[in-house]
Amino acid sequence: MSVLDLAAIRQDFPILHQQINGHPLVYLDNAATSQKPNQVIDAVANYYRQDNANVHRGVHRLSQRATDAYEGARDKIRDFVNAQSDKEIIFVRGATEAVNLVAQSFVRPQLQAGDEILISHMEHHANIVPWQMLCEQTGAKLNVIPMTKVGELDLSTLDELLTSKTKIMAIGHVSNALGTINPIKDMIARAHAKNIPVLVDGAQAVPHMIVDVQDLDCDFYVFSGHKMFAPTGIGALYGKQTLLEAMSPWQGGGDMILSVSFAHTEYNELPYKFEAGTPNISGAIGLGAAIDYMNNLGIANLAAHEHALLIAATEKVTALPGVRIIGTAAQKASVLSFMIEGVHPHDVGTIFDQQGLAIRTGHHCAQPVMQFFGIPATARASFAFYNTFDEIDALVGGIKKVQELFA
Amino acid sequence: MSNSDLRDLYQEVIMDHNKKPRNFRDMTDANHLAHGNNPLCGDTLVVFLKLNGDVIEDVSFQGSGCAISVASASLMTEALKGKTLAEAETLYELVHKQMTGEKIDSSSLGKLAVLSGVKEFPARVKCATLSWHTLHAAMDSDHDISVSTE
Repeated sequence: MSVLDLAAIRQDFPILHQQINGHPLVYLDNAATSQKPNQVIDAVANYYRQDNANVHRGVHRLSQRATDAYEGARDKIRDFVNAQSDKEIIFVRGATEAVNLVAQSFVRPQLQAGDEILISHMEHHANIVPWQMLCEQTGAKLNVIPMTKVGELDLSTLDELLTSKTKIMAIGHVSNALGTINPIKDMIARAHAKNIPVLVDGAQAVPHMIVDVQDLDCDFYVFSGHKMFAPTGIGALYGKQTLLEAMSPWQGGGDMILSVSFAHTEYNELPYKFEAGTPNISGAIGLGAAIDYMNNLGIANLAAHEHALLIAATEKVTALPGVRIIGTAAQKASVLSFMIEGVHPHDVGTIFDQQGLAIRTGHHCAQPVMQFFGIPATARASFAFYNTFDEIDALVGGIKKVQELFA
Repeated sequence: MSNSDLRDLYQEVIMDHNKKPRNFRDMTDANHLAHGNNPLCGDTLVVFLKLNGDVIEDVSFQGSGCAISVASASLMTEALKGKTLAEAETLYELVHKQMTGEKIDSSSLGKLAVLSGVKEFPARVKCATLSWHTLHAAMDSDHDISVSTE
């Protein structure tokens, strides 16, 4: 069924081989964070064992090695998203920090009271709250692209929502709560037709599909490493070079300067202008190793396997009486959100945990999505390429167990 | 082990109170009330109190939540009716100790002892204590206030 050697792949992920409450761990919470292969863990450990030094500073050998590894990771990210230049890749803590950076450094200086920011109803809080804060700070208005009952964006009014006052459209590539893949290429083209720049929140997309920022023609693309098999605390902001060059720094400090006197500070060139302070060097190296790992397996192969898992899980869960899937868009990636009739998702989570099944229960940092469907929370299973079809059966068994207990 | 822990958590009494919560209603003549919410899971509830002097003449609740939080609130309202505020305070403390695994005389808890299984599930203690924290806020205040278990 798959060209992937799943048994060998799973051997690369040591955390998967453990018992939880007497059952083998079935990890289906990948949209919250993914597990890390030995190749990533070793890259981080070896950096600290062999190469640890500060970057861009010393002339000594370790500093050169650390700098090469850190900048090497930037090159890998450039190729991973097909950016034109490594100047367009800024290391950040994660997607959240990248959205805040763009909100404060790119949008805020051009924003006046009455201007508009356009997001969608299915955004993660990370792509809502920074814009709300900006609106509070400037008197700008937040507009929201509506959503349909199946969990797709309703784009019928998009052209009206993109107005002469819209200063940015910020859209998730893949919804973390529903799994919907949004037609961002088309949306970007429609925004650009009105000269409106677009930020894409790709946190849930990069682990599951090939992303080409030049093909999309997005102005900014943000993602987190930890959702794509890399450590926490590292992520990347892609921005078109002309835009990044025109932007003011985000934070001040070391590494982002060329020269400092009390009278005047000259900022460093891209990408360093946006990387104040000693960066997360080991995290960047780990992210580079994760990209190598995914590339070695072939991202298209990973995506195909995950898609097969999602199709199988959707079919089997749909066939169960008393279970409702939340989010049934035509194009989906990795996520199966569901409700079991008469059972609160938190009870589902506890009963699942007793069977070694790790899923997420709650509002998934997307409360407007929950409000739209009139529910407080969902149970969410989310898949990665190391998941198996047996684990889908375990998921179905878990749902049946809940129903037995609550019968 | 795991299945028996689950059965301890989801005892029949709890399942019954989840399905058919007692005193699950609005109270128009309440003289104390408080809103409780657990932002982590989205559980929200309102506890209504009608005090006559220091006696709880009536107590009810409304809201939504998991089986543990609904059953806990329902059991709480049953246990409190007719109690004095001092007795309610004592029960509040006993329930709290039970959830956090402190040794207590469980006979003094009556039916509320069915919630003892919660202590094996630390992530769920907040679900069970939300109604009690909200009650406490309602007792302490004669106007509408909000509490959160986060």
